[in-house]
Amino acid sequence: MQILAQQLVDGVLIGLVYSLLAIGLTLIWGVMNVLNFAHGEFLMIGMFLSYWLYTLAGVDPLFSIPLNAVALFLLGMFIYRFIISKVMTGPPLAQLVVTFGVSIFLANFAAFIWTPNYRFIGHTIFSGTWHLSGIILSVPKVISSVGSILTSGAVFWFLRHTRTGKAILAVEMDREAALIMGINTERINSLSFGIGSALVGVAGALLATHYYIYPFVGGTFGLICFCIVALGGFGSIEGAFIAGIIVGVVQTVGGYLFDPAYKVAIVFLMYLITVWIRPQGLRG
Amino acid sequence: MRNITGKQLIVGGAVLAVLIILPLLIPPFGQHVVILTLIFAMCGVAWNIMGGYAGMFSFGQAAFFGIGAYTSSFLLMTFNVSPWIGLVAGGILSSLMAAAIGYPCSKLRGHYFAIASIAFAEIVRIFFNNWEMVGAAEGLTIPMRQESLANFTFNSSKLPYCYIILAFVLFALAVCRLVSTSKMGYYFRAIKESHEVAQVLGVNVVRYRLYAIMISAFLTSMAGTFYAQYILYIDPASVMVLAISVQIVLVAMLGGANTVLGPVVGAAILIPLSEYSRAWLGYKGTGFDMIIYGVLITAISMYRPNGVWGALAGVVRREK
Repeated sequence: MQILAQQLVDGVLIGLVYSLLAIGLTLIWGVMNVLNFAHGEFLMIGMFLSYWLYTLAGVDPLFSIPLNAVALFLLGMFIYRFIISKVMTGPPLAQLVVTFGVSIFLANFAAFIWTPNYRFIGHTIFSGTWHLSGIILSVPKVISSVGSILTSGAVFWFLRHTRTGKAILAVEMDREAALIMGINTERINSLSFGIGSALVGVAGALLATHYYIYPFVGGTFGLICFCIVALGGFGSIEGAFIAGIIVGVVQTVGGYLFDPAYKVAIVFLMYLITVWIRPQGLRG
Repeated sequence: MRNITGKQLIVGGAVLAVLIILPLLIPPFGQHVVILTLIFAMCGVAWNIMGGYAGMFSFGQAAFFGIGAYTSSFLLMTFNVSPWIGLVAGGILSSLMAAAIGYPCSKLRGHYFAIASIAFAEIVRIFFNNWEMVGAAEGLTIPMRQESLANFTFNSSKLPYCYIILAFVLFALAVCRLVSTSKMGYYFRAIKESHEVAQVLGVNVVRYRLYAIMISAFLTSMAGTFYAQYILYIDPASVMVLAISVQIVLVAMLGGANTVLGPVVGAAILIPLSEYSRAWLGYKGTGFDMIIYGVLITAISMYRPNGVWGALAGVVRREK
């Protein structure tokens, strides 16, 4: 029982980071109807940025959050402007495949310049553990999930209460109508891609505090994110947030109950069962 | 559907003649590239039946490729069953798996279907990666047997493999053409355009989507069995990974989805390019060839999203 509760807590903690990642992905998906297969690789770049800032300049991963956000925002805008926007009018298959190319390029380029080795940031300002009635809480994990909640909250607020945020939601609802209302949809596209990527940058800094950093780290994270987004429902921010927590819990608790080797398979299985019953996802 | 014209017959015959004669003239590595090209051509043709015609973009074909490779190898090693029987058994098993996964996914379209196909293939891969009976992550080393066609084993030369896979590709093309010119092919296209409209017109969408997936799975599985008998070593990391699924999609897209011969053209361009760049650039293990591969995928999607077959076919038709 004690162990199960521990798994549940760990599941929620990692799930909240998944939520943040998935919100970034669902924003891009919802606004542009583009599946960004390079999402996991953006995360990898975010993690490496934090790692190098820590190793070379002694900057704690938590302080590299703003820099990560800005850097990934620019990277996202750049990739949208020069690659994604070029295939937006093309056949649907090309839109699916193009980001695969970007993802393979980024992962292997990182392996080329930084070697495929695993890296780890040993000491951050928040390390150690808290004990709470028998449950062990890893401080960096708690900090990461708190950071994820705060960032997700900021995104909610931004989308609901600012002119630009409302414009993004309008484009997501109906592109043509938004265009008629005088919204510059092209600008909204690149902005959404930038914001979605910036969220991954933040998640990268948060994960860098306690997760292994290597060029191919994005692969599994990316695939899990797709499941979360599809589970939450097309372009639904709230859905992605909830689904992220569900997936985190299912992964850790399922891994504990069956076999840790199958924990990712359990997530995928749950996804398949859910879309069988509700093809539109939880909040779609 | 238009019948095959005399001109097309001549062009097709010439290409076939080149494919028959070419392996005789080139060194073993060249033959290896020809074989790999034909393997992916076959997978591309199979993908095309469900992706190009019926509009289901599968990114999980590696599961069927792997099941084909594993079924024949497992039967051969455990029960001494001929790989030729394993070929059929793998195909049937893949089709059944395809139906089992295709049915619950029958309402999914576009991105949702693509993600579901990845999820399915990853489940299969993780399962095989931990399944001790089939060697888990270590994989299976298929024992060398007496060289003969009946044993599906040839040690002294790659040539027989070239011709067997060529025959497989021709078989896949025949199936694809049969499907595309039959009533089923029209149903597939109707489903691709719109589920609702197809349904209203009386097409049983769920059933015909399953047919497309099952045919595609069977052909892909055949290519998997061939791969196992050719390489004689399989593990989940070499026959069930996402990279294979993506390569299959690319072959079909580059050649031109929705055309019978497109995937063959796509494979003929993409596979030699990636194999030779690996031979020249990848030997140091730096993955430089993969960087170029990534750029290549991006460039194809940006500049040749409809494939090269349209342009090629236009030239052939104009000559008439």
